[in-house]
Amino acid sequence: MPHDANARANAGLNVAVLVSVGRHPLTAGTRRADQDARAVEMALTLENAAISLLHAGPADPERQQALRGYLGMGLDTLDLLEQSADADVISVLEEEVRHRAPQLILTGSRAEAGEASGALPFLLAEALGWPIVTSLAAVEKVENGTAVMLQALPRGKRRRLRVRLPALATVDASAPPARQSAFGPARRGKFEHQTRPSEVDEPLSGWQFQEARKRPKRLKIVKASSARDRFKAAAAKAEGGGGQTLADVTPEQGAEAIFKLLKEEGVLR
Amino acid sequence: MLDTLLPVLLFTALALAALGAVRRVRLWRQGRSSSVPVLKGLLRVPRRYLVDLHHVVERDKYISHTHVATAGGFVLAALLAIVVHGFGLQSAMLGWVLLAATTSMFIGSLLVAKRRRPPPSRLSKGPWMRLPKSLMAFSIGMFVVTLPTAGILPEGVFQQGLGWIAALVLAAIIVWGLGEMFFGMTWGGPMKHAFAGALHLAWHRRPERFSDKTGGEHRSTGLKALRLDEPDAKLGVETPADFTWNQLLGFDACVQCGRCEAMCPAFAAGQPLNPKKLIQDMVVGMAGGSDARYYGSPYPGKPVGEHAGSPFGPIVAREGTSLVDAETLWSCTTCRACVEECPMMIEHVDAIVDMRRFLTLEHGNTPNKGAEVLDNLIATDNPGGFDPGSRLHWAADLNLPLMADKKEADVLLWLGDGVFDMRNQRTLRAFISVMRAAGVDFAVLGNEERDSGDVARRLGDEATFQTLARRNIKTLAQYRFSRIVTCDPHSFHVLKNEYGELGTSETPATYHVQHHSTYISELVSANKLSFKAWKGGSVTYHDPCYLGRYNGEYEAPRDVLKALGIEIKEMARSGYRSRCCGGGGGAPITDIPGKQRIPDMRMEDVRDTGADLVAVGCPQCTAMLEGVVEPRAEIKDIAELVADALVIDAPVGKADSTRAAPALALEETS
Repeated sequence: MPHDANARANAGLNVAVLVSVGRHPLTAGTRRADQDARAVEMALTLENAAISLLHAGPADPERQQALRGYLGMGLDTLDLLEQSADADVISVLEEEVRHRAPQLILTGSRAEAGEASGALPFLLAEALGWPIVTSLAAVEKVENGTAVMLQALPRGKRRRLRVRLPALATVDASAPPARQSAFGPARRGKFEHQTRPSEVDEPLSGWQFQEARKRPKRLKIVKASSARDRFKAAAAKAEGGGGQTLADVTPEQGAEAIFKLLKEEGVLR
Repeated sequence: MLDTLLPVLLFTALALAALGAVRRVRLWRQGRSSSVPVLKGLLRVPRRYLVDLHHVVERDKYISHTHVATAGGFVLAALLAIVVHGFGLQSAMLGWVLLAATTSMFIGSLLVAKRRRPPPSRLSKGPWMRLPKSLMAFSIGMFVVTLPTAGILPEGVFQQGLGWIAALVLAAIIVWGLGEMFFGMTWGGPMKHAFAGALHLAWHRRPERFSDKTGGEHRSTGLKALRLDEPDAKLGVETPADFTWNQLLGFDACVQCGRCEAMCPAFAAGQPLNPKKLIQDMVVGMAGGSDARYYGSPYPGKPVGEHAGSPFGPIVAREGTSLVDAETLWSCTTCRACVEECPMMIEHVDAIVDMRRFLTLEHGNTPNKGAEVLDNLIATDNPGGFDPGSRLHWAADLNLPLMADKKEADVLLWLGDGVFDMRNQRTLRAFISVMRAAGVDFAVLGNEERDSGDVARRLGDEATFQTLARRNIKTLAQYRFSRIVTCDPHSFHVLKNEYGELGTSETPATYHVQHHSTYISELVSANKLSFKAWKGGSVTYHDPCYLGRYNGEYEAPRDVLKALGIEIKEMARSGYRSRCCGGGGGAPITDIPGKQRIPDMRMEDVRDTGADLVAVGCPQCTAMLEGVVEPRAEIKDIAELVADALVIDAPVGKADSTRAAPALALEETS
């Protein structure tokens, strides 16, 4: 139960979750974004946290309907900072975060629509001067202004991090799935609506948007004669080619190694 | 002494009964409002009781005869006892009638007692074991005190010598009898079923269920729409008091005969559901208290005495236990076997869906794949989350006529979500080849079709159901067709019985909907199809719940099979007693574990007939029954059997046969 004495002792963990309007991969309809919903789920499972939902963007009825998906997870209000469609929302988010002073910001790794560059959490963390944790899998404990978090690494590995709060963390598909959004609470939830001056994202206006299409995948032909072979082929790890682990090296050596790799891969010329 | 004591006893019992009745009515009135025609309803009780209820009771001849003797005897005896002994009308003739009535009641009570030696597991014990003795006490007591009135014993026989002692004993017996029959009737004894049952018949939530003198079909199976226009209203049923008052009254009418329990597929499979216990739990909740004084079979795997509730407390707790566990509600396949069997006309499925609505719409707690399926229905209009633009991919080679092109057709073929399922695509192909062979003018909606909303509604997501239904109604309103034909009994039921309530004056949603077996049967009667002789093995037929019990279509599929030259080896449980395949009501999605699987039990029924093939008429049944491990009977849809037997003679109209050819050719190679 969230209301026991122990939980009250560390009451006031103030968590803000940044949520966006998602886009269904098949129908392109608006919805609650999967990763953002996982971020809300993670916030809801934190013991006795005060959660606020924050969205900055245009507030037309269709998008509001999609945002109600987060309210249906059991939250009463969502703060809606209205912005024009071409706005860069970093500065308005920064301002709002400074005003609210949450200890922890959770959000998805990248949006499902729009630029979807995944840069927002980094830019916001940079603007705030906060540390950022990516691929958050769980928050284990929050104590004395420090959070113990599990970060998801490829192939199910986990890394335990101690992070001094305030911090910003992003979740991706390795976080626990979001709970069902219920129609009743979603409909009853309220928007705290504020219109904020929009800072127009200049470069964005020059860009052309087109739908991303999945590249056709080369078929993996398994030449296996027995069920055992087929199983082995299906369960096989992807072969990682080359690479090296650097440990106990000076920053210069590390930078050198990265520079060399980028040249080899043709990223830098 | 008895002359003065009897009226006192009788009127005291009646007064106490009246007091209890007021108290009982107040319990029911805790529920939500529901308007009923009060007087008209009461006037209809005799007919509803003698015709509709008796029709159900009569399925068990033994108890039907027993009940006629006992209840008939009691009602007559009670009325006459009030006149003769209460008001002291000493008429020998009335005395004789009273003797006859009590004799009838006594014989009935002997039969009641015999049935309980030993009591079958479906019957409740506890106070119910006392009932036959109480019936005997009432009938014997009334019989003996009436003997002087009828002139068989001399007047004043109870006022001298040994008579005094006999009078005392008799008075004690009568107190017992009156206590059970009058006092117990309204204070929660077993006889409560008579009082609540009569009023339940009067003010039933589905008056359409009852027959009238005009005859015709009297069936009311469509779920009632939940009003979604008040944003602050609680959705669904959270507490017992959230049911309408006449639903509470209905629960109180339960006579605990356990016929529902004997028919419930979830109970038989060891899933934690027993319809009888569920109704009793609602009664417990309505009055407040724990289920410790329930003396019937428990929910499998859940001991009695651990759950308690109150009229305004939650039925399902978010954490821990309260009145009922959520998995009990999610075990139901909505097959309606319990409702069909219930002699008290209680609506179990309505109640279960009402409670599911709260769990889904307010708690957001649909178990297992429920949430995912609902999300898919919202986003992609089909439960599997497939691209809604790919609804017709399976029929790329069939060149199906689209409503969007034709605008009108005789038959609108409703394909259903089976289009995404490879097994069901075979059924659809078969049915299309049948329609082409018969030269039917038909068209499909194609990508304009959405899920009918059946699964969403039965998972409690009324909002998604209404959205899907309204969109479908809007689409259907654009086209002209004389009937909708579908291979899916679930779509059939929803389109036929549940869309009507959502129609508007501009887009009425009353359609002539037919199941494909009904339509094929009509084509056969019209001599539009000719068949090869049947060469396969023996065949049995599995009635889909949503076709049979929900819509009363038992004959057409059998007629079609007969037309194919098939003699059906009926299963023990067929027709209105058909056992569910386990695929309805979202049960495969919520997937509550039990001791065995419902389809396995059904295939066992098939095995008992020795049939090599089971004919089905529902994509859910096909999927569930084919999921049973081999060796088992083969499963084929009626449409497939018909398509296999088709003989296409060239002269029947060249246009038709040329169009039909490619589809048929493919049918044979697949």
